[in-house]
Amino acid sequence: MIEEATQDVSAVGAVAFRDAAVELGGRTIWSGVSVVVQEGEFVAVLGANGAGKSTFVKAVLGLVPLSAGGANVLGHPPGEARTRIGYLPQRHGFDAGTPIRGVDLVRLGLDGARWGVPLPWLPGTRAATRRVEEVIELVGAAAYAHQPIGDLSGGEQQRLLIAQALARRPRLLLLDEPLDSLDLSNQSAVAALVRRVCREEQVAVLLVTHDINPILGYLDRVVYFAGGTAVEGVPEDVVSSETLSGLYGAPVEVLRASDGRLVVVGHPEAPFVHGHRHNHD
Amino acid sequence: MFQGLSWNPVDDLQQMLAYPFMVNALEAGTIVAVMSGAAGWFMTLRRQTFAGHTLALIAFPGAAAAALAGVPAALGYFAFCGAGALVLARLAGSSRSYSTESAATGTLQAFALGLGFLFVSLYHGLLNGLDSLLFGTFLGITSGQVVALLAVAVVALALTALAARPLLFASLDPDVARASGVPVGLLGFGFLLVLGLAVAETSQITGALLVFALLVTPAATAQVLTPRPWLGIALSMGLALAVTWVGLTLAFFSVYPVGFYVTSLSFGVYVVVRIVRGAAVRRRLPRLVPGQAT
Repeated sequence: MIEEATQDVSAVGAVAFRDAAVELGGRTIWSGVSVVVQEGEFVAVLGANGAGKSTFVKAVLGLVPLSAGGANVLGHPPGEARTRIGYLPQRHGFDAGTPIRGVDLVRLGLDGARWGVPLPWLPGTRAATRRVEEVIELVGAAAYAHQPIGDLSGGEQQRLLIAQALARRPRLLLLDEPLDSLDLSNQSAVAALVRRVCREEQVAVLLVTHDINPILGYLDRVVYFAGGTAVEGVPEDVVSSETLSGLYGAPVEVLRASDGRLVVVGHPEAPFVHGHRHNHD
Repeated sequence: MFQGLSWNPVDDLQQMLAYPFMVNALEAGTIVAVMSGAAGWFMTLRRQTFAGHTLALIAFPGAAAAALAGVPAALGYFAFCGAGALVLARLAGSSRSYSTESAATGTLQAFALGLGFLFVSLYHGLLNGLDSLLFGTFLGITSGQVVALLAVAVVALALTALAARPLLFASLDPDVARASGVPVGLLGFGFLLVLGLAVAETSQITGALLVFALLVTPAATAQVLTPRPWLGIALSMGLALAVTWVGLTLAFFSVYPVGFYVTSLSFGVYVVVRIVRGAAVRRRLPRLVPGQAT
C-alpha cells in the first residue's frame, strides 16, 4: 500500500489540486485553484485575511469538501492520508497551569489517537520514547521539553508543537500561521528550523503566513490567494506588481526595501502591512 | 460525644468496621472517590467545572423526584444526571461559543434547583432528609446501593480508561486531535455522560452541593502537584480516596457531618499544596533550572 502511494506521490506530487473550488454556506471561497507541491518542497501560502488560506489547509486535510475540481494528497483523496500529515493549526498558546509537559504533548502527536492508557510496561513504549526524544532533539527543544507547557514562551511552545506534528514521520507538514505571535528573532529561527526539517526529512511543507518576509530566504515557491482564486510560482514571479495587480483586479505595487524585505502597497488588504491577525474564513 | 474513641488505632478500626453501615459507607466512598478523582481530572482540564456543577444540582431534583415517586434515590440520581448530561451535550454541540453554552447551562441549573424545591414541597415527609440530599450522609447506605454504585463505576471507569489517551488529546488540542483522526465530538459527548454518572454517584455520599469536594478539589490539587498527566490522574484518585476515608472515619467518631470533613480535608490539602508549591516555584525562578519539573 505504502509503496503504491509513494509511486503515486512521485508522479503527482505531495499535494495536487486541479481547478479546485470550495463553497461554504453557499458562498464560493475560491475557485480555479491549481497547486502542485512536490515532496520535500517548502511552499508558503500567502494572501490577505479571509482570502481562504486556512480553508485551503482544511481542504488538504479533507475537513472541507471541494465543490469542484479534483485533489490528491500523498497519493490519496484528501482525508485519507491524515496519518501521514503533520498539522499545526492557528492558535493562541497554552495557558499557564496546563497540567502537561512538552514531552507528553509531543507523545500525543505520536500515539494520541490510539485508544487506551499508555502504560509504561506495554510493548512499544521504548520505541515511542526514543522517537519523542528524537523529534525534540530535531527541533532543539530538549532543554525545556520536561517543563509544563504553559510555563514556556510562544517560540518554545511552537517548537514543541512542530515536534508533535513531526512525531509520526509525516510526508507533509501543514503549518497555519506558525510565526504569528512570535518575535522577530524567533520567527526567523522557526523558519530556519522548518527549512532544515523539510530538507533533512524530505517532508513537503505548506506554511500559511500573512507576512512572507521572515521566510523569504528559505522558500521554494509560494501560493498566493486573492480575488477568489490563487496563483502559484516562485516568490519573485508571484509577489510582483504585475501578478498581484492581476489577482486583485486593482493596481498593486510591490517594492523591495534595501534590506531585501518585500512591501506590497496600493491595496487596502495588502497582507504585508496590515495589523490584524485573525483569519476567519 | 465520642463513640468510645480509645486512641488505639487497631481497636478503633475494629470498632468502626463492626458496624455494617460503616462498612457499606467505606465501600461506597471508595468507589465514588476513585471515579470522581478520574472524571474530575478530565473535567477541570476541559474547563467543564460549570457543567459538572450543573449536573450536581440536577442530582438534587433527581433524588427528590425519586422520593416522591417512591423509588430508590439512586435511580433518581442516575436518571436525572444521565438526562442532564444528554441535554448539556446537546447544548455544547449546538452553541456557537463558550459564552452561549455557559449561559444555557446556567439556565438549566436554575431550573433544576427550582424543580428540586417543588418536589421537596410536594413530598412533605422528605423535609427531614433535605439536609442529607444537599449536604450528604453516610448513614443508611445499603449493600444493594453499594452494588449499584460499583456496577455503574466499573462501566464508567472502563469507558474512561479506553478513551483516556484520545480524550486527553482532544481536551488539550481539539483541532490537532481531529486532524489526526480522533473523534473529538463523540468523545466530548461520551465524557459528559461519564461525568453525569460520576456526579450521580458522588452526590449519594457528599450530597448535591458538596460534590466538588471530591470532583474538583483533588483534581485541582493533583494539577498543582504534577505536570505529568497520567501521574496526575492517579494522584487525583488517591487524594479523593484519602479524604473520603479520613472524612468518614472522623465523622464516625464525632458529631459533625461527613460532608464537612470531606470538604475541609480536601480544601486543606489544596491550600497547603498551593502554598508549598508557590514557595518552591519562587525559590527556583531566579536560577531557571530547566527540565527539573515534577
